[in-house]
Amino acid sequence: MSASLSGPGSATQTPGREPARSGLPRKSRDARYHAPITLTGLVVKVVLLGLVAGIAIWAAFPLIEAKYWVGLAILLATTAGLFYLYLTPQHIPAKYLIPGTIFLIVFQVFPVLYTASTAFTNFGDGHRGDKSDAIVAIQSSSVKQVPGSAQYPLSVATKGDPTTGPLVFLVTDPKSGTVSIGDADGLKALDAGQVTVAPGGKVTAAEGYTILNFGQASARSKDITDLVVPTSGGALRSSGLSRAYEGTAVRAYDEGCDCIKDSESGKIWTADESVGSFVAPDGERLAQGWKVNVGLENFSRVLTDPNISGPFFGTLVWNFAFAIGSTGFTFLLGMGIALALHSPRMRGTNLYRMVLILPYAMPSFAMLLVWRDMFNTDFGLVNNLFGLGVDWFGEAWSARLAVLLVQLWLGYPYMFLVATGALQAIPRELTEATSVDGATPFQSFKAVTLPLLLVAISPLLIASFAYNFNNINAIWFTTEGGPFPADNPRSGATDLLITYTYRLAFGAQGAEYGLAATVSIFIFAIVAVVSAISFSRTRRQEEVYS
Amino acid sequence: MTTHAEAPVANRNATGRSRGRWFTQVGWRHLVGALAVAFSLFPILFVISAALNPLGTLSSTELLPTGASFENFANLFSETAFAHWFLNSLLLAGVASFASIFLSALAAYAFSRMRFAGRRVGLLTLLLIQMFPQFLAIVAIFLIFTTVTDLWPSIGFNTPWGLFLLYMGGALGANTWLMKGFFDTLPKELDESATMDGASHAQVFFRIMLPLVAPILAVTGLLAFIGSINEFILANVFLTNTNSKTLAVGMFGLVAGERNNNFGIFAAGTLLTAIPTVLVFQLLQRYIVSGLTSGAVKG
Repeated sequence: MSASLSGPGSATQTPGREPARSGLPRKSRDARYHAPITLTGLVVKVVLLGLVAGIAIWAAFPLIEAKYWVGLAILLATTAGLFYLYLTPQHIPAKYLIPGTIFLIVFQVFPVLYTASTAFTNFGDGHRGDKSDAIVAIQSSSVKQVPGSAQYPLSVATKGDPTTGPLVFLVTDPKSGTVSIGDADGLKALDAGQVTVAPGGKVTAAEGYTILNFGQASARSKDITDLVVPTSGGALRSSGLSRAYEGTAVRAYDEGCDCIKDSESGKIWTADESVGSFVAPDGERLAQGWKVNVGLENFSRVLTDPNISGPFFGTLVWNFAFAIGSTGFTFLLGMGIALALHSPRMRGTNLYRMVLILPYAMPSFAMLLVWRDMFNTDFGLVNNLFGLGVDWFGEAWSARLAVLLVQLWLGYPYMFLVATGALQAIPRELTEATSVDGATPFQSFKAVTLPLLLVAISPLLIASFAYNFNNINAIWFTTEGGPFPADNPRSGATDLLITYTYRLAFGAQGAEYGLAATVSIFIFAIVAVVSAISFSRTRRQEEVYS
Repeated sequence: MTTHAEAPVANRNATGRSRGRWFTQVGWRHLVGALAVAFSLFPILFVISAALNPLGTLSSTELLPTGASFENFANLFSETAFAHWFLNSLLLAGVASFASIFLSALAAYAFSRMRFAGRRVGLLTLLLIQMFPQFLAIVAIFLIFTTVTDLWPSIGFNTPWGLFLLYMGGALGANTWLMKGFFDTLPKELDESATMDGASHAQVFFRIMLPLVAPILAVTGLLAFIGSINEFILANVFLTNTNSKTLAVGMFGLVAGERNNNFGIFAAGTLLTAIPTVLVFQLLQRYIVSGLTSGAVKG
């Protein structure tokens, strides 16, 4: 944003002279510049800039150590820019905008652009790294134990939580006694001082790692079996939970033909750069591929592939119904109750209000989970209370109804508060005047109260719509998108586009980040268009464009 | 209700008629209020009942409390790292909401009171960026923070600081528009006269503007606080160590696998989580009523 501040014409201006701009009287600009610098202001400025310098120095050392020169250059440029900005008397708007903008660029704009760029790739499970990663993975996963394979005592360890953290192998060479640590990137020797080795050669403790005990290890036996540590001659794999063997790779990459050869069956898979996979003449693809640009293929898949476009448009319709329903019902109920309680003869309104806003003040993530369990078929409160046996989340329409009911409960107190505020702001004389003129209460509500109420509340309604359009918690904590039709486990009856995308990207069926990024671009476009239309209708009093 | 005392005549028929009138004018309002209270309260009553239920299972929980045992609360603290989660959540949400309100107040001041090239583009860009759901960028965020964790472990995964920085990325997009609306409602003459008296732009901002919008800042801050407490998707990827989890991540783990048996503990945790937010809400509800709409009218 700082670049745009100089404006298109600034290059031609004499340095040091004020660029004359319209909009703000010159007099007040000058007055701002000549305002005396107070002592507090100076102290705060020195302390904050000192803090910036301190953080920059702290951040610089690891960058230098890792030889991340681009990162270091960005860090230095940012720090120098900040010092310049807060020491010069110019660029006043930038002084206020830059702090938030830096965070915005690093943690939102950059990730969003990165995500958008993956929409044009096949990034996902099986297509994560580059081609050499794929070759290593293919070779090491084809490792087989052959007679005479070297055996090692094995301990499984992790740096993180024993139940979820990434695993490493700690193996001891039976001949030399050296301990090595291995993960999917390869094998590395460890200092003898960092580890404790039991007499059998098994590692019992290692600095910085938690050794999994037998129970923890057997709980993660699948992860352990899947872990392949590439070595120069093949790869290390586990055999059981306490032994590892070094096997030889059956499949090997041949640079001459740019293909993978299987030494047992003689089959050949040739690299195909357009899909990022090794493909055999009979069309079989190896599971491990690499990331390539696929152009607009993801976009055309969303629009034309019947497996994706069918559910996509169905989900889109329900998504609109959900967002409109959530906003509309909460507004109607909230406004209705606000109208009922809005009367000069009404006593105890404060008491009502204190109790009514409780659903909004309760932690919503927890209450969503509570509602999920209240709709439980066998022992849920809703069925118990009304003597029903409805499988709420098992049928498409009852699940949708349940989700909207939960949204109504969570959201109406907000609308009630807002509507109460707006009602209090409407002068009583207006409604009194209509009743003097002989209007019924309903007529005066329709002609006076409602239009004024809508003027005040419609921006909040749009915001609520946009929020609910992407309200992942409301679905993920209750139905998780279900129920799912038997033939399509990817898209359920209550799925929003966002939960559908989330499942595409992180679901159990294998991650398809490229496709997920494409769908998120569609979501973005839809929300942007809807909001743009509704904002342009309500924006009349705004001075954004002044 | 004091309506009977206000009934004009002591005549028996008149009393009957006035009772009917009382109902059409005021009574039905109380009826609506009572129904709404019932609708609002019954899930909360259910949570209280589950928290006090000595068996602690979902299947044995009724709408009204069947017992009064604090076993679930004791189990909550002894079997889970609830105290850690609670502290993590309070600190993270507190610091993050305060900082994000401050950042967006700074930006809103510039957008509301200054005219500069790129102002309009900046405002529209913020609106656009806000519409891109941040957590869809989670793969990119994950890759970025894998590097960050290697370089600076103290702001990487499993630290509240890393998550804090990430939340700051969303600060401008979420609140700047709302707050610009509030700043726009303050008359320009206020700060112009202060400028004439020799106040610098920083003094105008800190001494004049901020105190005037303080109640509304408090409301926006409260909403940001509640938003951070409820944030699950990013935190779930970010925090995997038991002790560094927030309430949303930790408590979801409680009932994710074991739905029936942990329900009592979960309900107890829900009640404890609600205490800070409900308290602050009751204190600030007056401002919410007036604040949100006054800012909203202007955009």
